[in-house]
Amino acid sequence: MVAGGCAGGGSDAVQLWGLGREGEEVARLLPPLANVPGVAAPKVQQIPWTAAHEKLLTAFVGRSTPDLAQVGNTWVPELVALGAIEPLDAYVAASRVVSSADHFPGVWDTNVLDGHVWGIPWYVDTRVLFYRSDLLAEVGFDRAPRTWAEWRDAMRRLKERGGPDRYAIILPTDEWPQPVILGMGRGAELVRDGQWGAFRDPRFRAGFDFYLGLFRDGLAPVLGSAQIASLYQQFADGTFAMIITGPWNVGEMRRRLPASFQDRWATAPMPAPTGEPPGVSLAGGASLVIFRNSTRKAEAWRIVEALSEPAAQVRFYALTGDLPAHTAAWRDPNLAGDDKLAAFFTQLGNVRSTPKIPEWEQIATKVFENVQRAVYGGAGLDDTLATLDADVDRILAKRRFILARRTAAP
Amino acid sequence: MSTTAALTRGGRAEAWAGRAFVAPALLLIAVFFLFPVLAGFLLSLTDFDLYGVADPSAVRVVGAANYAALLRSSVFWRAFANTLVFVVVGGPLTVGAALGTAVLVSARATRLRGLFRTLLFAPVVATLVAVAVVWRYLYHPRFGFLNELLGLVGIEPVNWLGEPKTAMLAIILLAVWKNFGFSMVIFVAALQAIPEHLYEAARIDGANAWQQFRRITVPLLGPTFLFVGVTTAIGYFQLFSEPYVLTSGTGGPLDATLSVVLHMYKEGFRWWNIGYAASVAFVLFAVILVFTLLQLRLRPRGER
Repeated sequence: MVAGGCAGGGSDAVQLWGLGREGEEVARLLPPLANVPGVAAPKVQQIPWTAAHEKLLTAFVGRSTPDLAQVGNTWVPELVALGAIEPLDAYVAASRVVSSADHFPGVWDTNVLDGHVWGIPWYVDTRVLFYRSDLLAEVGFDRAPRTWAEWRDAMRRLKERGGPDRYAIILPTDEWPQPVILGMGRGAELVRDGQWGAFRDPRFRAGFDFYLGLFRDGLAPVLGSAQIASLYQQFADGTFAMIITGPWNVGEMRRRLPASFQDRWATAPMPAPTGEPPGVSLAGGASLVIFRNSTRKAEAWRIVEALSEPAAQVRFYALTGDLPAHTAAWRDPNLAGDDKLAAFFTQLGNVRSTPKIPEWEQIATKVFENVQRAVYGGAGLDDTLATLDADVDRILAKRRFILARRTAAP
Repeated sequence: MSTTAALTRGGRAEAWAGRAFVAPALLLIAVFFLFPVLAGFLLSLTDFDLYGVADPSAVRVVGAANYAALLRSSVFWRAFANTLVFVVVGGPLTVGAALGTAVLVSARATRLRGLFRTLLFAPVVATLVAVAVVWRYLYHPRFGFLNELLGLVGIEPVNWLGEPKTAMLAIILLAVWKNFGFSMVIFVAALQAIPEHLYEAARIDGANAWQQFRRITVPLLGPTFLFVGVTTAIGYFQLFSEPYVLTSGTGGPLDATLSVVLHMYKEGFRWWNIGYAASVAFVLFAVILVFTLLQLRLRPRGER
């Protein structure tokens, strides 16, 4: 990291902000860049994930944004609303390395707003079903459930066999992705026209009812994430047989649980409401964006290209465990040969972006607040969704004003 | 005549010199306090938010709308009620613990007084973040020391931070433990200022320890009580760090530990509803002002 920082320490070097562990490792990917004519290695600044969002916004206000940054792909709408980042359409059109055809469409789409591409996916992230294959086999399933009906049946049997202290699945009540994933399962769009809450939509209602039913019927324990003593231990001792979670936990399961346990769990794409899996899951991950104030945009773009090369993506996976955004990188034996990762590849074929508006994160907290009202407070299904829509409409009031003003202007 | 004139002239010069001396301080206060407060107040009358950061023309003056919205917001009232519970329960507990320990570490019979004073004061100096990490373990539903203790007397394990009913209690316990040392030191100093001969006279008159405490110590500590009470209450109204650290900034579960300042922080720096957050700040200021005036009014007559 020091080497990367120093080698490109000149004032002409591209400033790159990397987040968390990715920020630490990115410098290791970059030294080969020093050999590319005309490109100086960038100056990397590492920023912790927890501070990154705030720091990007304050940097924008203080006009000290870097040239290039890694951002959570859900932050892109916010940066676009601020006018902080540069559209990349022309760069992509002229590039021989970066092409939307090499990316998972759902993930690429998270970076497309108002008809422009604003960020290039760097690594991808989604949630799938982690399950105890041995326990599922005991109740008569030699593979993961494929439809919601099958899934519910499997969970009911797991609960019956497990008794009062064991649960079929864990859905922490303070996490919004699970209800949102299930709510989107039937194609709900969550927010209508980017202006109004659409949680009362029958499609969302169906998925949300499925979700709440798991608590109602005792298949999932009523627990917040802080109350789960040890997710890994409790997965291993059978306290819960299923988790809806992301790729980071593949590594954690391997690191924290004994080797003898590793063939007793598996991953599967999300079951579909009906028909064939994968059901819908979330398009997560991080993208690389170029800031509008940058004076070195062409150089910054070369770094985006260098990091997008399949070889660099494979190496990045080896360093961080982050799943490659470039689909060709998945042919590498380290990825293609990993039985726990296959489900992610399948799932990434059916991922959807959460509504691409700056207010989404705020809406997401309203989702789990209302989930908690329903789960702890016993609020009814329709009452919960009506309150949620009212909350969302209030949050989006300013956005409606901005959009109306934009259409009114010539 | 000429001497008085000279005096007046001298006085005037002195007054100017005096003004010149306070001017830098006043200027600093104006720049770093009055101006931001005024700016904050003006901000609270607008809907300044993320869109306003992007384009100042998107900022609308909304008058008292933020205040009206805030008074209608159930989340704000929830935060307000939580904060009030924290002040009303945590405040007296802190002052009580401070007084109790102050009397104990000041008592002649106590050995190693210096050591105890230092130990009891230590939490005040400790970094809250580090302390909170340790307390999270103490409160752990399965492996926590607190539940272990309760288990010894046959009480079922309590999910301290996960259960809306107990989460605020957990925060209060931590805050009392963390803060009482400061008030204790003030009480110790005040106790030392009480003349010993009063106790001697009382003993000669046959007063027992409780009577001495009730009739001599407590009345003579009156002004100290007021000071400690007011500063503790003001500090506790601004509750933020404890729930922020113990609940990872959420104020959960179910907003059970959401304080007014945490609510303001979330609105302002997480969602960038700066105008609204500013109005929360001013409402909190008004509440603290009223509460402090009430406390000043409620103190015993003799001390006014």
